[in-house]
Amino acid sequence: MLSFNGNSLSLHAKVQGDTVVITVRGDMNVKSVALIESLLAELLSHPLPSKVFVWHLETLTRFDSAAALLLYTFDMKARSLGATCKFHAQTNHQHILDALYHRDYQSGGVTDDRLGMIASVGKMTIQKYHSFKDFLAFVGELFAALTIYLLNPKSIRFKEIYHAIEESSINALGIIALTTFLIGVVLAYQSSVQLKMYGANIFIVDMLGISVLRELAPLIAAIVIAGRSGSAFAAQIGVMKITEELDAMKTMGFDPYLFLVLPRIIALMIMMPLIIFFADVMAMLGGMVVASIELGISAQLFLDRFNEAVAMKHFFIGISKGPFFGFIIAAIGIFRGLMVENDTRSIGINTTKSVVEAIFMVIICDAVFSIIYTNMGI
Amino acid sequence: MSRVIEADNIVTRFGKHVVHQNLNLHVNRGEIYGLLGPSGCGKTTLMKEMVLLQKYQGGSMKVLGYDLNTIGHQKAQELRQQWGVLFQFGALYSSLNIYDNIAVSLREYTTISETLIAEIVSYKIDIVGLQQSVKEQYPSEISGGMKKKAGLARALVMDPKLLFLDEPTSGLDPISAREFDALILRLRTRFDLSIVMVTHDLDSIEATLDRVAILDEKKVVAEGDLATVKATDNRFVKSFFKGRPS
Repeated sequence: MLSFNGNSLSLHAKVQGDTVVITVRGDMNVKSVALIESLLAELLSHPLPSKVFVWHLETLTRFDSAAALLLYTFDMKARSLGATCKFHAQTNHQHILDALYHRDYQSGGVTDDRLGMIASVGKMTIQKYHSFKDFLAFVGELFAALTIYLLNPKSIRFKEIYHAIEESSINALGIIALTTFLIGVVLAYQSSVQLKMYGANIFIVDMLGISVLRELAPLIAAIVIAGRSGSAFAAQIGVMKITEELDAMKTMGFDPYLFLVLPRIIALMIMMPLIIFFADVMAMLGGMVVASIELGISAQLFLDRFNEAVAMKHFFIGISKGPFFGFIIAAIGIFRGLMVENDTRSIGINTTKSVVEAIFMVIICDAVFSIIYTNMGI
Repeated sequence: MSRVIEADNIVTRFGKHVVHQNLNLHVNRGEIYGLLGPSGCGKTTLMKEMVLLQKYQGGSMKVLGYDLNTIGHQKAQELRQQWGVLFQFGALYSSLNIYDNIAVSLREYTTISETLIAEIVSYKIDIVGLQQSVKEQYPSEISGGMKKKAGLARALVMDPKLLFLDEPTSGLDPISAREFDALILRLRTRFDLSIVMVTHDLDSIEATLDRVAILDEKKVVAEGDLATVKATDNRFVKSFFKGRPS
C-alpha cells in the first residue's frame, strides 16, 4: 500500500491480513526523519487500515534518537486510535526506543511569548518610565558627586579629566576637521549657484558666517562627538560593568562617579566649546576655498567682509552651546553605560541608544537655545 | 571569640521575589567561612550585601564592628580599606597594567613613596605565586588563573583583616585550584586573615573551610563545621555531599 525507494532509505508498507507490515531499510536518522514522517502521515488516516502495525527495522544501517522519537510518537498516535505497534529492531536500536517509554519529563514546545500590540506598547511605556526615573537618579548622584568635588577640590581627578580630554576630544579633532570642512564646502558650493544668479556673490560670506557660527558648526560637532565619544563612554563603562570592574572600584572605596563619571562629563563640557571653535574655523576655511574658486572672492576680501558682516554675537552664541551639548552627550553616554546589564547584548543596545538619545537631546537643546536667543533679541 | 561579620534577620527582595527571609549567620575572627547553596539561593547577593555593593531590605549586618544600617560615607570609606575582595573573574582594571592595578589603593589612600610601593607590590605578587614579569602586562594579556592571582594580590595590598572571595577556584584547572586552596591557607596563617568565600568546589570546601553556612529556602539551613553541616537533613546538603565520607 506504500512503497518508497530512495538513495539511502527504503520504506515499504503492506497489508497482510489484519496487520500492516512496515519494513524500513537504510538510514533512519535525523536527516531522513522528515521524509519518513510525511510518508507515514497517511498510514494513520481514517479509517485505520488495520489494528496492528508491525515494524521491521532489523536491517537499518543507522538509527538515532530522532528516528526513535518519530516511532514513539507514531505509536502514541496509533494507540490513541485504538491500534498497536510492534517493533522488531537490532538490540542497540531497541534500547534507544525502549528508553523513550520510561520518560519522566513533560515534552512540548515553548509558548510564544510575543506580546500583542497593546501589551507591548504598555510594556514599552513602563520601561521608558523606569529608564526616565533611573536617569533622574543618575543626575541626582551626579550632582551629589559634584558637591564632593566642589567642597573638596583635592578630590577632583585631574589625571582622569586630562585622559578623558585626550580620548574624547583631542583624538576627535581629525574627524571634526574633515566633516566641518566638507560641510563648509558643500554649503558654499550650493549657495554660490543661487547667489551668482543675483550677482550677490559677496553675500556668501554673510550667509556662511552666520549659519555656520550660530547653528551648523555646534550641531555638526555635537553629532560627531556623540557618535564617536558618547558611544565610546557607553561601551567602556558598560564593559566595565560586565567585568565587575565597577563593583571592584566600589569595594575598594573608589566612587565611580568621582573616578569615571564626572571626569568624562567635565572633560566634554570644557572641550565642546573649543571643538566648536575649531569646527567654525574649518567650516569657514571650506567656504573660503569654494568662494575663491567658484565666485572669485579672494581670501583677503572674504575675511574683510567677514569682519564687517558677521557680528561677534553669532560666534559667542555658537560657543555658548558647547558646555550644554558636552554635558548632554557625556551624561547620556555614561548613563547608558551604567544601564548595561549582565549580558553582552545589552552593550550593543545601550551604545546605540546612547548615540540616538544624545543626538536627539542635542537637537532639542539647540531648539530651546534658538527660542531663548530669539526672544532675547540676539 | 570575636565576630568579624554578624548578620541578623537579613531580608532581601528583588521586587516581589524574596531572596533572603530572616537570614542569620556570623563569621568568627580568623576562620575561613564558606557560603554554600544551590544556584540562585542568593550566596553572591549576600556577599555583595556584606561588601556594601547591594542593600538589604530588612535586618541588620555588622562587618568588622561597623553597623551597615547606619554607616555613613566616611565610615564606609574607612571600612572599605580594611577588607579585600576578589571577584570571580578578577575584575582587574583593564586600562591599568598589573603593577598599577595592585598599587592603585596605596597611591590613593597613603602617601607611601614610589620606592616602597614597588617593594610592596613586588612582595604581594610573589606571595600569590606570580612571576615578577607579570607586572608590565595588562589584564587582557594574562590567563584566567593569573588574573585571579593578580586580583588576590590587589585585594591583599592594604593588608586587610577580612578577605572576600567569590568562587576563587571556579574556572581553574584542578592543579591550579588545589594550589589556590593551599595559597589561601598559607595567607590565612601569615596575615591573620578572616576569609569569607562563595564556592561550589567540593575539594576546596574540604581543604580550606573551617565553618560553612548552607543557604537554601531563603535562609541558612545549616551552619557550623563541615561534619555538623553534612549531618543536616536537607535536600541540597544530601545531594551536594553525596558519596563523600563525612
